[in-house]
Amino acid sequence: MALSSYTLYVIIGCGLVTFIPRVLPFIFVRKLQLPDVVIRYLSYVPLCILTALFVQSLLVTRENGFPGINFENLLASLPTIVTAILTKNLMWVVIVGIISMAMIRFFA
Amino acid sequence: MEKENELSFYDGVKACLPTVLGYAGIGIAAGVVGKASHLSLLEVALLAIIVYAGAAQFIISGLLLLQSPISAIIFTTFLINSRHFLMSMAEAPHFKKYSLWNNIGIGALLTDETFGVSMNQIGNKKPVSAKWMHGINVTAYLAWIVACIVGAFIGNWLPNPEQFGLDFALSAMFIGLLYLQVVSDKSKKMSTSLFVMLLVALFLIVFMRVMSPELAILTATLLGCLMGVILEKWR
Repeated sequence: MALSSYTLYVIIGCGLVTFIPRVLPFIFVRKLQLPDVVIRYLSYVPLCILTALFVQSLLVTRENGFPGINFENLLASLPTIVTAILTKNLMWVVIVGIISMAMIRFFA
Repeated sequence: MEKENELSFYDGVKACLPTVLGYAGIGIAAGVVGKASHLSLLEVALLAIIVYAGAAQFIISGLLLLQSPISAIIFTTFLINSRHFLMSMAEAPHFKKYSLWNNIGIGALLTDETFGVSMNQIGNKKPVSAKWMHGINVTAYLAWIVACIVGAFIGNWLPNPEQFGLDFALSAMFIGLLYLQVVSDKSKKMSTSLFVMLLVALFLIVFMRVMSPELAILTATLLGCLMGVILEKWR
């Protein structure tokens, strides 16, 4: 059950910088009425962030160059996407994703 | 009238359940990785309880193993999690009528997944309530903590979790949430959504050439949202 002070400082600091951006908008937005265009802008956030997170999982960062392709993840994504379309169920998507990746690593 | 029809805490728990298995997979992986990075069980648990952020916990474990400077680890975490600011901005207007403490509670436990689940509901023009949101958040939070601790135990005797594809759970979750977002958001035309997605992908690839992956995600998202609004006005 060791807990070094180094690790403890990191955990508390990381907790704070995670907590503040999550909570600030909930404190401020209550006070003001956002204009329609801002609300429309924000309605695109989930679509764009999830796209960016997904596409990034397909890429490998390269120093001083365009990113390369992560073929393992690309390959595992295909059955995962098909599962999403067929089942529309998050649980199945994750299960098939994990199994696909395990199979790819097992045979590759 | 409105009070009677309000979604309950339990409705939120039910709405969150389909994601719990995803959490379990990623949380176990995060616990295993933490253990592999020589963190103690207590340290893995504290990471889950205090930081509570999937992608960040993997990276923090990695950086702790490298004995990186505290300031560098905290700044990296800030960059990775600053996307939550945007999510909170999008989520907060829907909970304006609730008390400050309710709002702080909702914000404190906001994650990619609980955001995805609730925005699906909002995009479908279905009702939401603070209690319902707490139900989602608390379920996810507890599932995450338990999964991380289980993962730390497993980590003691399973040296290589990647072999079992556990690290792909996070990407798989993003795929599922993204698909549900595209097909269920009735406030957007499908063609507009797909075009915006294509643009975000292109922006991301270009930005990753010149900035850190975390910044590239944020910038591509900010520009993508702008393109979405412009496309709507122009069509």
